[in-house]
Amino acid sequence: MSALLQVEGVSKRFGGLQAVQSLSFAVEEGTILGLIGPNGAGKSTVFNLINGVFAPDQGRIVFRGGDITGEPPYRVARHGLARTNQIVQPFTNMSVIDNCVVGACFGRENLPLARAREAARTAAELVGLGDRLDALASQLTIAGKKRLELARALSARPTLLLLDEVLAGLNPTEVERMIGIIRSICASGVSILMIEHLMQAIMSLSDHIVVLNSGAKLAEGRPTEVAANPAVIEAYLGDPGLADKLRGGAQ
Amino acid sequence: MTILRRPFFWIIAAVIALFAAVPSVGNNVELRESLLLAAVYITLASNINMILGYAGYVNFGSIVFFGLGGYFCVWLMSAHGWPLAAALLLGGVAVSALALLFGLGILRLRGVYFALSTIGVNEGVMAFVTNFGPWGGSSGIYLSPALFLPLGGPAKALWVIYYLLVGVMGLSLYLSYFVKRSKFGLGLLAIGQNEDAAAMLGVPTPRYKAMVYSLSAFLPAIAGGLYFFKSAFIQPPDAFDLQLSTETIVIAMLGGQGTVVGPAIGAFLYEQLRGWLLTSPTFSNFQLVIAGVLLLAIVLFAPGGLMGLLYRRWPGLRRFLE
Repeated sequence: MSALLQVEGVSKRFGGLQAVQSLSFAVEEGTILGLIGPNGAGKSTVFNLINGVFAPDQGRIVFRGGDITGEPPYRVARHGLARTNQIVQPFTNMSVIDNCVVGACFGRENLPLARAREAARTAAELVGLGDRLDALASQLTIAGKKRLELARALSARPTLLLLDEVLAGLNPTEVERMIGIIRSICASGVSILMIEHLMQAIMSLSDHIVVLNSGAKLAEGRPTEVAANPAVIEAYLGDPGLADKLRGGAQ
Repeated sequence: MTILRRPFFWIIAAVIALFAAVPSVGNNVELRESLLLAAVYITLASNINMILGYAGYVNFGSIVFFGLGGYFCVWLMSAHGWPLAAALLLGGVAVSALALLFGLGILRLRGVYFALSTIGVNEGVMAFVTNFGPWGGSSGIYLSPALFLPLGGPAKALWVIYYLLVGVMGLSLYLSYFVKRSKFGLGLLAIGQNEDAAAMLGVPTPRYKAMVYSLSAFLPAIAGGLYFFKSAFIQPPDAFDLQLSTETIVIAMLGGQGTVVGPAIGAFLYEQLRGWLLTSPTFSNFQLVIAGVLLLAIVLFAPGGLMGLLYRRWPGLRRFLE
């Protein structure tokens, strides 16, 4: 079976910095893939390469069997690939519902205005913004704006959702709620590729994990395999012996 | 037709009817001339509002559409004997097409760089026309008074031109209303708020920006045709007057950029103020100083313009006005 999204040998250089180096991985249909790595590992750059903010220097990005390498973001969105931003980017002077209508109107289904309102409302309700539909986006709290990012992306009814640190900056109760929301999105048939720093969250959510370090793939596998990998622990904690010490301590 | 049930549709219709009817009562020529200028200002401000207020792109050179429309119309009538209606229409279409070409180029720029390039377009076109023989170069084109005869002589022609301009003004208001309520308008508003986020959600930003730039050229070009046909004379400094361009931006911001009624109210008030300042012995030609102070005050204290202040005071107004 061919994967929903295939990243094949992708590289990107910014001046003297090799941000991403011949990276390959695939997202299978109906699964959640977690992309982790230390700060500056190139995770957000990978998202920007996939959704067309930057074109890769080398390599290919294949989505639903079609080559989308180098296509501009608005065309990538039309193919059914939606994303949220690490730093929230709401349309501040528009209402919550109008923010979502933009997503529904111009995303995969390219809906006319009237039907887009329905899709937008459904998405806003799913993330728990159902009672704030007419509020201006600028009036939302940071947790609310994060949820709006998600609702706006979902309104397009995408096949693949790229989530860039949707849990960062939320309090434990909000994290708990957001995890529930992500699970239900996946259960509704949307595949997810997510970047996250909250380890417990991403370990419990992901079916598969790719670890990035200095722009290259360090390890890949099921969450338990990755967590036990000495190279991964070293990248995070900086001490090659620490894995053994930790394991020793646990016994 | 659900649109006929919206109060705002009828508000626009009433404004058009008032403009057409009031000076006609008692053949009030003085009032007609004042309202004619107001109609031109409303046309220019409503159209710039679509790119400035909706899409958030500051176009300092919007007057180039007005001037080019004037040139096309006057030239087609004088050199090729076209009737007014055909010359106006072709002028509008030609200027829109040119705007699309310019737009595809300069809309790659953003912010101040775009604003500067729009001045460049206006100055560039003016330099070209000044040296363009068929359009009379720097001395421009004069129209023969005989061209007013098909409209029933000069006196009657002025009334016809006035009614046509009021019609163009009405179309401008309806256009900015329909655009704002459409999917296209929603995409423009999203671009105006955050262009990168809009693109990520699938708004085809380059196409939409070029489309609105071109669309906002059509009716000003026709208004330019009517205006310079009325003057029976056109030359580059009048056609491509940057001062009028700047005033148009002040008007749109004074009334409330991004709203449909705002630019119209702003244009009407500004025209009254200008008329008063021009005729007052103390303040002759003082309107630009006032415009500058107004712009500063709006930017600092009321970024939403008059409509912003009204909406803040009476939020319920949003249900009737756009």
